[in-house]
Amino acid sequence: MSLLELRDLAVTYRTADGRVPAVRGVSLRLDEGQTLGIAGESGCGKSTLAAAVLRLLPRTAKVTGEVLFQDEDVLTMRWGRLRAVRWAGASIVFQGAMHSLNPVQKIGKQIAEPILLHEPKVTPAAAAKRVASLLEQVGLPAWRASGYPHELSGGQKQRIMIAMALACSPNLIVADEPTTALDVMIQAQVLRLITGLVAERGISMIMISHDLSVLSVTCERLAVMYAGRVVEEGPAHEVFTGAQHPYAQALAFAFPVIGDERSRLRPRGLGGDPPDPADLPSGCSFHPRCPVAEPECTSVETALWPAGPARVAACIRVRPDRAAARAASAAPGEEAG
Amino acid sequence: MTAPVKPAGPGPGTAGPGTAMLSADGVAVRFAGRGRRAAARAVDGVNLDIAAGEIVALVGESGCGKTTLARTLLGLEQPTEGQVRFAGEPLSYRTGALKGYRRAVQLILQDPTGSLNPRHTVYEAVAEGVRIHRLGDEERRVADALARCGLRPPERFFQRYPHELSGGQRQRVVIAGALVLEPQVLIADEPVASLDASVRGEILSLLLRLRDDLGLAALVVTHDLGLAWNIADRLAVMYLGRIVEAGPPEQVFASPRHPYTRALMSVLPESPGEPVVLTGEPPDATRIPAGCRFHPRCPELASGAAAAAGVDSRCRGVALPVLPAAAPDGHSMAACHLADVTPEPDDAP
Repeated sequence: MSLLELRDLAVTYRTADGRVPAVRGVSLRLDEGQTLGIAGESGCGKSTLAAAVLRLLPRTAKVTGEVLFQDEDVLTMRWGRLRAVRWAGASIVFQGAMHSLNPVQKIGKQIAEPILLHEPKVTPAAAAKRVASLLEQVGLPAWRASGYPHELSGGQKQRIMIAMALACSPNLIVADEPTTALDVMIQAQVLRLITGLVAERGISMIMISHDLSVLSVTCERLAVMYAGRVVEEGPAHEVFTGAQHPYAQALAFAFPVIGDERSRLRPRGLGGDPPDPADLPSGCSFHPRCPVAEPECTSVETALWPAGPARVAACIRVRPDRAAARAASAAPGEEAG
Repeated sequence: MTAPVKPAGPGPGTAGPGTAMLSADGVAVRFAGRGRRAAARAVDGVNLDIAAGEIVALVGESGCGKTTLARTLLGLEQPTEGQVRFAGEPLSYRTGALKGYRRAVQLILQDPTGSLNPRHTVYEAVAEGVRIHRLGDEERRVADALARCGLRPPERFFQRYPHELSGGQRQRVVIAGALVLEPQVLIADEPVASLDASVRGEILSLLLRLRDDLGLAALVVTHDLGLAWNIADRLAVMYLGRIVEAGPPEQVFASPRHPYTRALMSVLPESPGEPVVLTGEPPDATRIPAGCRFHPRCPELASGAAAAAGVDSRCRGVALPVLPAAAPDGHSMAACHLADVTPEPDDAP
C-alpha cells in the first residue's frame, strides 16, 4: 500500500519579481516502510517539496496537485486533521538542528511537547519516561533531558531533533539534509542512527540531500531533481552507479570514490550554473549545461521515460523511439561480440 | 595502484625538504583558559612543508586544530612555540613585514557570500587588494585575475554585485581577489563546502589549474577526504592538534596506517566493509590524553589488537614524537605505536 503519493505536485512562489515556479509537476510514490532519497542542488525545489508534504509552505506559495498521505489529500485536509497528521503521522527533521531548538527551554520539555499535544491522555510523568527512552534510543544519556541546547554539540542537537521526530511514532519521517554541517564522523553516526531506527520501527523515510553517495547507501530508491522536476528515479544504487540522465551522472561524479584512478587529480564538475527558477531555459531545462545536448533539446518536451527495470529518466536519449533505434543498431554488434 | 608513489604534481618544488615555500616548524598554539579552565592546546606540535606547485590537503574533524594551524601559517596567530617560515625565512610579526607577507600568502574562505561586501561591485572587491598594495595598473590586473578564474569576459562582471552572481561565481570572485596580488601560496579553508555539488568540481579544477599554470603552492583545509583525492599532492591528517598521518594520497588512502585515518575512511558512504564509527565527540584540546592522544577512541586498542602486538601499555602511557615535515623516502608516515611495530602492508609494488 502506498503511504505517500505525490500526484503532479506543483508549487509556485509569488514574489516581487513575479511568479517563481519551484516545483513543476512531481509525481512520486512511497510505500509503507520504504526509503526514498531526493537529490539535487540548491534551488531545485527539493526542500519546497519536503515542506509541501506537510503543508508547511508560506502563504505566498501556490500549491496544486495532490499529496496523498494514507489516501488522504494533505492539501485539502481540514486544519484539525492536519494537526493530527503532523508529528503523529509524519514528522520532519530539518537541516541546521542548531537553529531549530528553543535555546531557553529544557531539552526534555521540547521533546515532550508533541507527545503531550498529540496524546492528551499521557501524563507529564509518562511523557518524561518516554523522553528518557527516546534519548536513549538516539544514544544520549537520559539526564540530558534536564539540560539546555547550548550544552550540546551539533551532532548531539541533531540527535535531539531525531528523538523529537520519533516522539509520536510517525509512519513517515522526512529528513531534509539531516547531516549537512556535521563532521564526517558525526555524520556517519547520525546516518547510522536514522537508518537503524527507521529499519527497526518499519518507518518510511524521505531523505533529502545534495550528496548522492550518502543517499545511495541510506535509501532504497533515489529521485534526482533538477529545476523543479524529477529527472531520474530508480533503485538508489543503480542510479548512483549508472545514472542515465546526464545531470544525475554529474551529481554522482561530484563526490569521487576514493581509490578510483579516473578521479585522481581530475575533479569533475558541470559547467555553468544552476538555473534561475524564475527564468528557466526552454525545452529540457538542463540543456545549457548538458555535455551531450543535441539541437532538439532546446525545444523538446521531456517526460519521465522508462529507463530500465523500475527506472525512469527524463532525457531524450532514453525516449522510447531513441531507445528502440539504439537497440536496433546495437543488436548486430552484440551478436558479433 | 600503490606503485612507488611520487606526488603527481608538476616538477618544481616537489622534490623534498629544503625547497618548502611555506613551512610550520614545531608549531604549537595555546589559548589561555578562562578562570580555572586549562589552556587549550589547539595546535600541539606540527611540522608541515608546502612546496611551490604543491597542493597539501589538511584533513580532520572540527576542533582538531586545522583552522588554527591555517591561521598561524597566515600570520594571523602567533605560535606559542616553534616558528612559521616563508621561503626559508622565519616570519616576522612586525606590521610592515607582515604586509608583504600578506600579499604573498592569500586566504580563501568557505563561504563566498560572507567574504564579499554586498555593497561592493565585483571590480571593487577584486581591486581592493591592488589599491592597498599600490600595485598600479589596476584595471588590467583585475581583468586578468577574473579571466583566470573563469569569469569571461571579465568586463561583463565588473559592475555586478555579489547578489547577482551564483555561488560558484562568487567563489571565483573571491579567488580572483586573492590571485590579483600574484601570491605564491593560497590557503583555502573548506573552499567548496558551501557550494553546490555540480559546481564543486569546477572550483577544484580551477585550483588545480592555478597550481599548474602559476606554480602556486596551496594548503587546502577540509574535512572532505574526496576533495583530497581529487586535488591534493600530499595529505596530512590532523587529530587533536597533531598531524597523525601524512603522505601521498594514493598511499595513505590505499594503506592507511593510523587507526584514525582508517576510521575516517571507513565511514565514507562508498567504502567497502563495516564502518568504524568512533564513539563520542571529537575530544577536547584542554584535556589531551596521556600517551597516544587517540588512545581513548582507538578501535585497535579497544579490540585488543594493540595488546596482541604488545604495545597497549605504550599506547596508554608513552607519548608519540611529532612527525617530521616529510619522510626522507617520501613515503607516508604515521604517529602510532601499533603502526611502528606492524610492517607496512604493501611496500613492494
